[in-house]
Amino acid sequence: MASPLLTVDHLTFGFHDRQLYSDLSFNLARGSMTSLIGANGVGKTTLIRLLMGQLTPQSGHITHAPDMRLGYVPQFRNIDPEYPLSLRSFIQLNQRGHWFPWHTQAEKQQLDAVIRKTALTARQGQLLGKASGGEKQKAYLAQALLTEPNFLILDEATASLDVNTKTELMTLVRQLSQQFGLTVLFVTHDLELAREYTDQYLLLTATGHELRSTQLMEPANMPAELRPAEEVR
Amino acid sequence: MFAYDFMQNAFLASTFIALTTGIVGVFVTARGMSFLAHTLSEIGFAGAAFAVFVGIRPLDGMLLTTILSSVTVGKLSVRASRREASISAVSSLFTGLGILFLALSAKSSSYATTILFGSIIGISRADVWQLVALAALVLVTMSVAFRSLAFDSFDPVGAAAQGLRRNVIGIYFLLILAVSVSIGAQIVGSLLVFILLTLPPAVAKYLGRTLPQMLVISVAAALIGVWSGLVLGYYTNWPVTFFIAAIECVFYFAALLVHRRRD
Ligand SMILES: Nc1ncnc2c1ncn2[C@@H]1O[C@H](COP(=O)(O)OP(=O)(O)OP(=O)(O)O)[C@@H](O)[C@H]1O
Ligand SMILES: [Mg+2]
Repeated sequence: MASPLLTVDHLTFGFHDRQLYSDLSFNLARGSMTSLIGANGVGKTTLIRLLMGQLTPQSGHITHAPDMRLGYVPQFRNIDPEYPLSLRSFIQLNQRGHWFPWHTQAEKQQLDAVIRKTALTARQGQLLGKASGGEKQKAYLAQALLTEPNFLILDEATASLDVNTKTELMTLVRQLSQQFGLTVLFVTHDLELAREYTDQYLLLTATGHELRSTQLMEPANMPAELRPAEEVR
Repeated sequence: MFAYDFMQNAFLASTFIALTTGIVGVFVTARGMSFLAHTLSEIGFAGAAFAVFVGIRPLDGMLLTTILSSVTVGKLSVRASRREASISAVSSLFTGLGILFLALSAKSSSYATTILFGSIIGISRADVWQLVALAALVLVTMSVAFRSLAFDSFDPVGAAAQGLRRNVIGIYFLLILAVSVSIGAQIVGSLLVFILLTLPPAVAKYLGRTLPQMLVISVAAALIGVWSGLVLGYYTNWPVTFFIAAIECVFYFAALLVHRRRD
């Protein structure tokens, strides 16, 4: 088997008085799709910031393959209804291969290709501020894909979407993963979605963690705060 | 009209001013820094008054004070919670200082009106070249940093996610803004440079959908405003600044109407 894309080894981290993880170890194989699940405030976004090198582990190591190129779709975006740019122009903001302001023909073609991959071609002229939640998420995804990452991190990308739109977005992500060998880390509170679309899950709890195949996921055995409302009695 | 040197100078200067403020303004609006631009122009007023007091050129005084204060004022405005109050406090202090320096220097009150409300007759050929050089400096550095600045201004969250050095870009833009405020004030005056930095970009925001469109619309609205202002001012002898302000307001409300209609 090829070497993993990312290895986390005995990672310890916390903020001031609050310890988030001690001895967190896991690795992500190339092309795998992993859900990162855990209650609010358990440290999912913080773990991502550690993986991206924005925070430094207190102890332990995070090693990634030399060819890893990371694309990250953050949890919150501040796009108000009056936001002036079209989807296409918004996506294009991340195209920074040249220093000059105008875009080359090759860049326009690459942008077209990413917009096609994310099924936004028909909607690219739409104003982002007026776009639906699903279109917005696809635009964020497309923007992250412009740098041609082989490791994609999605932080609660489906949180505000209805069932159909969720399914559409996840199908798209899975397709990208299969077509281009993209490794995906997907933060979610949606156990159904995790089981349906990802191969394995990394569960973070206040006391520890586990990495398992989603085949083995039993929602009933999950910590109460993660279970769908009707199952918690 | 162009037979007069002062009109040639005024046209040349205002063309470069409109270009600069039109482009910089698009980013001011995107970054939500209109209020800060206003504060910087008041600080510029104090700087110009100080320059009169010590006997250097008003533009040099404005550049000095706006550049020196821009980073500090920018930091103040980042703390969203006490933004309004602390910036207002800074504004009043500098406006007060400006009035003090003007009083101390005992120059005629026409000097104060020139600094506050702008003037086209006071601009010499040498002033024009200084303005052109400063405008060119702003535009050239902006074109080099354009893509990062655009990303950071129109999508700060995405820019951070991509690892852009946001604080470096922020400081760089504050310096650009300081210079733009100082040169813009030379025609419309420090009280109204705010108009050129906010209204043409607002028109662009309502009418454009892409960044290039917004830049073209903003520059066009600024250019048409200052050019027609100069012509109208020349024939009526009314203040140029009045015409520029009126024209930009008309543009703004027209664009707002078009924008409302579209929805
Ligand atoms: N910069 C920071 N300084 C201090 N504490 C922080 C900082 N960032 C996060 N925290 C704390 O660390 C904990 C984990 O935060 P994090 O954002 O990683 O949670 P999360 O698992 O992503 O939660 P959610 O599901 O709500 O997004 C929280 O208690 C949070 O308050
Ligand atoms: Mg989070």
